[in-house]
Amino acid sequence: MSIRINEKCTGCGRCEAVCPGTLIEMKNKRAQIKYPSDCWGCASCLKECRFGAIEFYLAPDIGGNGTYMQVKKEGKYLAWLFYRDGRKIREIKVDSTSSNKY
Amino acid sequence: MKIEKLKTDVLIIGGGTAGCYAALTIKRQAPELKVIIAEKANIIRSGCLAAGVNALNAYITPGHTPQFYADYALNDAHGIARKDLLLSMSERLNGVTADLEKLGLVILKDENGDYVTRGNRNIKINGENIKPILANAVTNKPGITVINRLNIRDLILKDGRVTGAYGNSVREEKLYFISSRAVLVATGGAAGLYKPNNPGESRHKMWYCPFNTGAGYAMGIRAGAEMTTLEMRFIALRCKDTIAPTGTLAQGVNAKQINSLGEVYENKYGLTTSQRVWGTVNENANGRGPCYLKTEGITAHQAEDLEKAYLNMAPSQTLKWVARGKNAASENVEIEGTEPYVVGGHTASGYWVDGDRKTTLKGLWAAGDVAGGCPQKYVTGALAEGEIAAKSIVGAIKGKEKIPEIPLNLITAFAAEAQARLDPAEKGEAELLEKKMQQVMDSYAGGIETNYAFTTDSLKTADEKIKALELDYKSAGAADMQDLTHLFEVGERLTVCRALIAHLNSRRETRWHCFDENASYPDRDDDNFRCFINSKYENGEFKIIKRPLV
Repeated sequence: MSIRINEKCTGCGRCEAVCPGTLIEMKNKRAQIKYPSDCWGCASCLKECRFGAIEFYLAPDIGGNGTYMQVKKEGKYLAWLFYRDGRKIREIKVDSTSSNKY
Repeated sequence: MKIEKLKTDVLIIGGGTAGCYAALTIKRQAPELKVIIAEKANIIRSGCLAAGVNALNAYITPGHTPQFYADYALNDAHGIARKDLLLSMSERLNGVTADLEKLGLVILKDENGDYVTRGNRNIKINGENIKPILANAVTNKPGITVINRLNIRDLILKDGRVTGAYGNSVREEKLYFISSRAVLVATGGAAGLYKPNNPGESRHKMWYCPFNTGAGYAMGIRAGAEMTTLEMRFIALRCKDTIAPTGTLAQGVNAKQINSLGEVYENKYGLTTSQRVWGTVNENANGRGPCYLKTEGITAHQAEDLEKAYLNMAPSQTLKWVARGKNAASENVEIEGTEPYVVGGHTASGYWVDGDRKTTLKGLWAAGDVAGGCPQKYVTGALAEGEIAAKSIVGAIKGKEKIPEIPLNLITAFAAEAQARLDPAEKGEAELLEKKMQQVMDSYAGGIETNYAFTTDSLKTADEKIKALELDYKSAGAADMQDLTHLFEVGERLTVCRALIAHLNSRRETRWHCFDENASYPDRDDDNFRCFINSKYENGEFKIIKRPLV
């Protein structure tokens, strides 16, 4: 399991459209994860969500320490936001117009 | 159950790396031809590249030749690969890379405008959006129809010729029957045959795309195509738990493999892909584990860049560092081998093809992870094969015969099967079969449990148990169309498992440790096995054919 959907979901359906495993479905105008343990962790849905409604975490069997992350598009940057106990603990911005160094 | 019948010039099964590039090539070569791409997910983020990739691993860097790359791949496969296929792929690697850059891929350049290399064969990119780039190149283009959420079940055959394929919608009660003048199979390889590293909640946190379930191999096997070298399984060396790539650490910051005593062990076992896994397994087995990539001591700046690199391809690893309050500079990264996969983009497993990537079945081409004989393809090699196959298809069908009709009895039979299997009360049967299959393969066909080793006897047990599961599969039901898709995926994997077992049992030597660890024949035997092991499925059994090296 890698993602959960919080109360900010507006039911826009962008995550449902893109999931490579067809794991998300719309129920009562909200996104729900139909097969939670089938998630690959690719973060495609996370990049689509405009409402901060999807939280990406590591399940206890691989050790997540209660931390989760979200992604925000900020111009040419993908900003990855890390949270613990409802508090932002880190932000990493990746410039999509420049390459990895490794 | 709705029925949709479609006709097209070319049907491409799988809208991944090879499939997208084949469609693009066909449109450039022969814009009048109609192409359908059948995609099980949504083409925008489907398949192996969903999360991205942070380097192009197959590129001819300055001072090297295509032959250099082909020789490397042949050596890594310990001599068992097709020289002709490797060379024709290698010759195209830089051309498709230039094209990818034109399509929008960001590639790192130096002050002279040359690509920055990583080692002898790689170049550095920002590949987070590589799949959307490929998808956008073929979406909403005249003459190309992309059908998303369509799971192709099997090929349509007429007088020994492939004349299309059929399948089901993953979401609606709808079946598709597509007839075409040529079919390109580009589905990707097979994950989920063996019990994964983390069989619980994170069971899909695996190296290879868990939604690539071997459909392309299975449909070919069932149709009687000749397959090659399935016994060269692929096992990736990955970061513990997150199953994130290790090449970025090994090549990017030159991290060495060390055991728990701090000794560098990689040179002891050799540096081919299989030897790197084997070394790790051995160090653990001999009480010197856990094993790590030695990253402690890299600079803080390097560690930060690595966090970004992983966000572009395997974001779980960065999350793991942040969650633990660590990074690659402050702690070494623990490594482990994954469960085995069958994947012709890394090994030589797949369809036996000719230089044009034509399979042994008339009307059927193969490219990317399903095409055999040509290991170390990575992204650019899959593009190259898509291009080669597409050019051959255009030449083969231009101005020739009409699009064949779909046999009516096939439509009735598939509709009846789908209807019979659908039952709202049956949810979960696919999952039970899958778990049992993975358990059998893990225990008896060389999974993680036995350090990848098997014996002639254990393979016999594996085959009996997989055959028994095939009988259970025949009568299994599904709650809805997606559940039905999962059930078909289990069926595909059972077929691939049986073929794999037959191959493992036929190469009676150990040439590639871990990949094909035959405990009954633990030594390499060049006198008898410097050859290809091929197979053909006939009347429910696998006929093994030994072919000389090409």
